[in-house]
Amino acid sequence: MYMIMKGAKTQMIVFDHVTKHYKTNIGLDDVSVEIKKGDFVFLVGPSGAGKSTFIKLILKEIEATEGSILVRGEDITKFSNRRVPELRRNIGMVFQDFRLLPRKTVFENVAFAMETVHKKSKVIKKQVPQLLSLVGIESKAQKYPDELSAGEQQRVAIARAIANNPKILIADEPTGNLDPETAWEIMMLLEEINRRGTTVVMVTHAKDIVDRMGKRVITIEKGKIISDSIGAYKLEQAFAGHENMSDTLQHYRTDTIVL
Amino acid sequence: MIRRFGYTLKQAFLQVFRNKAMSLASVFAITAMLLILGLFFMIVVNINTAASMIEQDYDSIEIFLLDETTEDQADDLMKDIKDEPGVESVTYRTKDEALIELKSRWGDSGYLLDSLQENPLPNSIVIRIDNLEAADDVAAKAQTLEGIEDVKYYKETVDKLMKATNFIQLSAVIIMAFLIIVSVVVVSNTIKLTVFNRSSEITIMKYVGATNWFIRGPFLVEGIIIGILSAGVSLGVCSLVYSKVVDLIGKDLFAIMSTPMVPMDFMVVNMAWIFGALGVSIGACGSIISMRKFLDA
Repeated sequence: MYMIMKGAKTQMIVFDHVTKHYKTNIGLDDVSVEIKKGDFVFLVGPSGAGKSTFIKLILKEIEATEGSILVRGEDITKFSNRRVPELRRNIGMVFQDFRLLPRKTVFENVAFAMETVHKKSKVIKKQVPQLLSLVGIESKAQKYPDELSAGEQQRVAIARAIANNPKILIADEPTGNLDPETAWEIMMLLEEINRRGTTVVMVTHAKDIVDRMGKRVITIEKGKIISDSIGAYKLEQAFAGHENMSDTLQHYRTDTIVL
Repeated sequence: MIRRFGYTLKQAFLQVFRNKAMSLASVFAITAMLLILGLFFMIVVNINTAASMIEQDYDSIEIFLLDETTEDQADDLMKDIKDEPGVESVTYRTKDEALIELKSRWGDSGYLLDSLQENPLPNSIVIRIDNLEAADDVAAKAQTLEGIEDVKYYKETVDKLMKATNFIQLSAVIIMAFLIIVSVVVVSNTIKLTVFNRSSEITIMKYVGATNWFIRGPFLVEGIIIGILSAGVSLGVCSLVYSKVVDLIGKDLFAIMSTPMVPMDFMVVNMAWIFGALGVSIGACGSIISMRKFLDA
């Protein structure tokens, strides 16, 4: 199991013996894990294993039954509901089904996230085109979501997710509805965002992508983390790399970045 | 702050406009309820005024004298009565004064009295009571005096009237409470529909870190706008109706009941406050109730 280094400033998300019970089943069972600032983490595992529980706990959509969850050094299990919006402003979300607002243009969809946190319209008008060009769809600003391809829609969703400069980007199967080539483009975009300093947590079933990216992979099954290692979806490999993981973490990362 | 308010206001007006049909339905529902409420209000206020007017008569007893009773005899009677406990003042009213007063009460129809060949009204003594409990005793005493034709004394009538007014007031309050609950439900359902339409938007808003009040704001203002619109429409209709009623029966009512109707401007100002307060709170409550489920999750 991954060791927790308390007090380190580089910790972005820390789960400390977190358990989440639902009425009839277990979501997470005594999970401890640490995600550092600037990490790119894949969260894999079969359906119902606890991946969604993990994400929802970070967003404080649900409450942990036991244990504490630190996001940017603060224990969010002790947060009052009043502080939830503040928490979520530091976390961008990308979904499998994009979740764009159909009656708003691409520009408005991204601007919407900024309006929510009361940015000045002058700032919004300046920043939205920058964001759109970062994700490579600056020419589609005035189009509506249904006029875009799936890949383009996901780019809009990513632009919206990072609009308020979140420290963490959570992507819930962002490539699930995309063909392999488009999926890979989206991965490159996420990697670019990660390279700019945003911690990325991505839930996925796409084994090929996980293998190809060579990032840290946390495997959850039946509410427990059964492996936490660098580079591959495969469980055997995960266990093999477990022993000396902390030493090789940096090594792996610099090795595997593909641009 | 101003920017936030501007955003909220803009969104609220957009919502009202985009959901024209439902907004209109809500406005109709609240207006209907305010109209009924206004009707009750107008009736109750007038009944109250009439009741308090009559209550003023309650503390007076009028003794009608026989025609053959002279003014000297009347003076003696007055002295007797004045010594009774609870009597505040005693005044003598001649039959001519009584006729003039009656004429002025009848107003435009007063000319009818001109055709009388002789004054049929008796001379009378008007007794003012300062202690209402003493009224019965004074009235009983007056009955025994000589040279009197009749004692006019309203107690029973007034008691009945008071009971009736209290009953009307109570039922009005109950019916109003019912109507208010119904309109809150109607408005909250209307807004629930707009909230349903925008639930995906709300989910996304929550994911990007919108506060509950940021999400609620536009819906709250939407409810308030609907409330104010309804209040305006109801006030207009009620004022129109009331002014017509005053024109039509105000004077006749004064002749019959000897109480004037409550003046138009008093009515309008008070109804404006009541409708405004009710409209706004119904709208606001409706929207907050309808949002509750969506924001808790």
